[in-house]
Amino acid sequence: MTRAAMINAALFAMLPITAGVALALDEPFIITLATKVAILALAAVGLNIALGLGGLVSLGHAAFFGIGGYAMGILAHHAQSYTPLMELPFLIEGTKSMPVIWLVAIIASALAALAIGALSLRTTGVYFIMITLAFGQMLYYFAISWPAYGGEDGLSIYVRNGFPGLNTLVPIQFFGLCFAVLAVVLWASGRLARSAFGLALTAARQNPERVEAVGLTPYRLRLVAFTISGAVTGLAGALFADLNRFVSPTMFSWQMSGEIMIFIILGGVGRLFGPVAGAALFILLEHLLSGVTEFWLIYVGALLLLVVLFARGGLIGSLAGREVAHD
Amino acid sequence: MIEPLLETRDLCKNFGALQATDHVNISLVPGEIHALIGPNGAGKSTLVKLIMGSEQPSSGSVHFAGADITDLRRPERARAGLGRTFQISSLAMEHTVLQNAVLGALGRSGRVMRFLWPVMSDKALVAQAEQALERVGLADHRGALTGELSHGQRRLLEVAVALTLEPKAFLMDEPMAGLGAEGSARMTEFLDRLRQEAPILLIEHDMDAVFQLADRISVLVYGRVIATGTAAEIRANAAVREAYLGEEDA
Ligand SMILES: Nc1ncnc2c1ncn2[C@@H]1O[C@H](COP(=O)(O)OP(=O)(O)O)[C@@H](O)[C@H]1O
Ligand SMILES: [Mg+2]
Repeated sequence: MTRAAMINAALFAMLPITAGVALALDEPFIITLATKVAILALAAVGLNIALGLGGLVSLGHAAFFGIGGYAMGILAHHAQSYTPLMELPFLIEGTKSMPVIWLVAIIASALAALAIGALSLRTTGVYFIMITLAFGQMLYYFAISWPAYGGEDGLSIYVRNGFPGLNTLVPIQFFGLCFAVLAVVLWASGRLARSAFGLALTAARQNPERVEAVGLTPYRLRLVAFTISGAVTGLAGALFADLNRFVSPTMFSWQMSGEIMIFIILGGVGRLFGPVAGAALFILLEHLLSGVTEFWLIYVGALLLLVVLFARGGLIGSLAGREVAHD
Repeated sequence: MIEPLLETRDLCKNFGALQATDHVNISLVPGEIHALIGPNGAGKSTLVKLIMGSEQPSSGSVHFAGADITDLRRPERARAGLGRTFQISSLAMEHTVLQNAVLGALGRSGRVMRFLWPVMSDKALVAQAEQALERVGLADHRGALTGELSHGQRRLLEVAVALTLEPKAFLMDEPMAGLGAEGSARMTEFLDRLRQEAPILLIEHDMDAVFQLADRISVLVYGRVIATGTAAEIRANAAVREAYLGEEDA
């Protein structure tokens, strides 16, 4: 095993170990923290497909996170209030089933990413950052001003949604479920990076002219990447809402987009396990520092600055050294 | 007369007041190397860009394989069968040499929307890429990062990637630049054989190579073709000597 692979494995194992120890010590709050790390890491794994592989600096990924969250919120809200989502032209009922909710979250956020990407990807650089930010803000204000689903106050879901064969109300079981989803998506995203699509996408990031000269269209590659990226972050949004049993417009906020990006930068842009490292570090700092000072984000900011200035590979980069080309 | 594979018709390009391409009519017929020479700033690279779609002409048209391709986008022209090498190497620098060649084979195959299968395990693509590297003499460097190659090796990789495309015609912008005497000689020999596979529109500063290789030479000065002919005709052409070759001696 290479050094990088060992560090990745250790980082990844840390989550279930933490949850297991917390279970033994009867500390459900720690299990919840580990679950939160797994879910936020998943959101960042999604963004990392656009940012790390495609070089697409999206500051609007909260849009997809929020859409996933509201997919859960709306479906569960109708199920718990025994009202149908719509009756005409055909009847759609709410649901408390996670697999169905996940599917809806993935499809809805993928469609949103396709639409937002189709427009934003015509621009590059700062314009792309701004336009993705603008779309995120549009959805944020839309959620605030839509009274049917709680407006500014959001939606509370009284009982966590169910998954066949599990009792999701037991923290360790819900953790296991979220961790399994993260593991599967990480595996898939590792495969994606090495696939034909991944090769073309990363080449388009480095040199779009080269990609065009071999007959491929960077715009199309980026749009597909952006759509996959949004879908993954959307799935994370649905899980996040289920973790909190609550969804509100803050899931759409630009601060949320920024946080997801911070996870990646802290962990290492384009590193497969960067999002896991970054999310874990962020939540750890939040947990340790927020008790000491309410200005804990200043320390995160300072850390971020150090990483950007002195350790461009992020946490994984400093631990594992330079990335070797996978051949 | 043989039907030309590639043809420009009254092609013009202005950059503001500067006429970089001035009513250019050139053609490329199967089996030939057509060299394009001219002093720096004559508009050679601009002409390549117009043919490849990197610049849009002010007027005129480009025809390739029996179709008007003036309105096609760059990737479409590549898929139509135009294989290009850039004057300034344009490669994916963080990828390995082999990955760059596989990218070419991938573009050629069109099977890019594959998301979970490792591309470097695709035996057909890798074999095609390795064969191209072998032909330009880069096989030993297949695992090297492209960014770590020498300038000359990057030129060779440009050619290898173009080979993986199996194009109907090659457009090469100064492929010998930076190769050194020995490298130039080898490239000359290589291009000499390559013309059997597909004709080459060759922009080159190395006059020895040009006069040795070219079936036809066109001389571009201030965006205009002032003469087209065989090597002997161009050598004997008074206008060319005055405008261009004479300068070199001076
Ligand atoms: N994008 C551009 N904008 C303005 N002028 C350009 C541009 N590209 C090329 N030129 C000008 O057009 C002329 C021809 O350039 P070029 O085609 O690169 O010449 P060559 O390849 O023969 O050296 C030069 O005078 C150059 O400065
Ligand atoms: Mg030039």
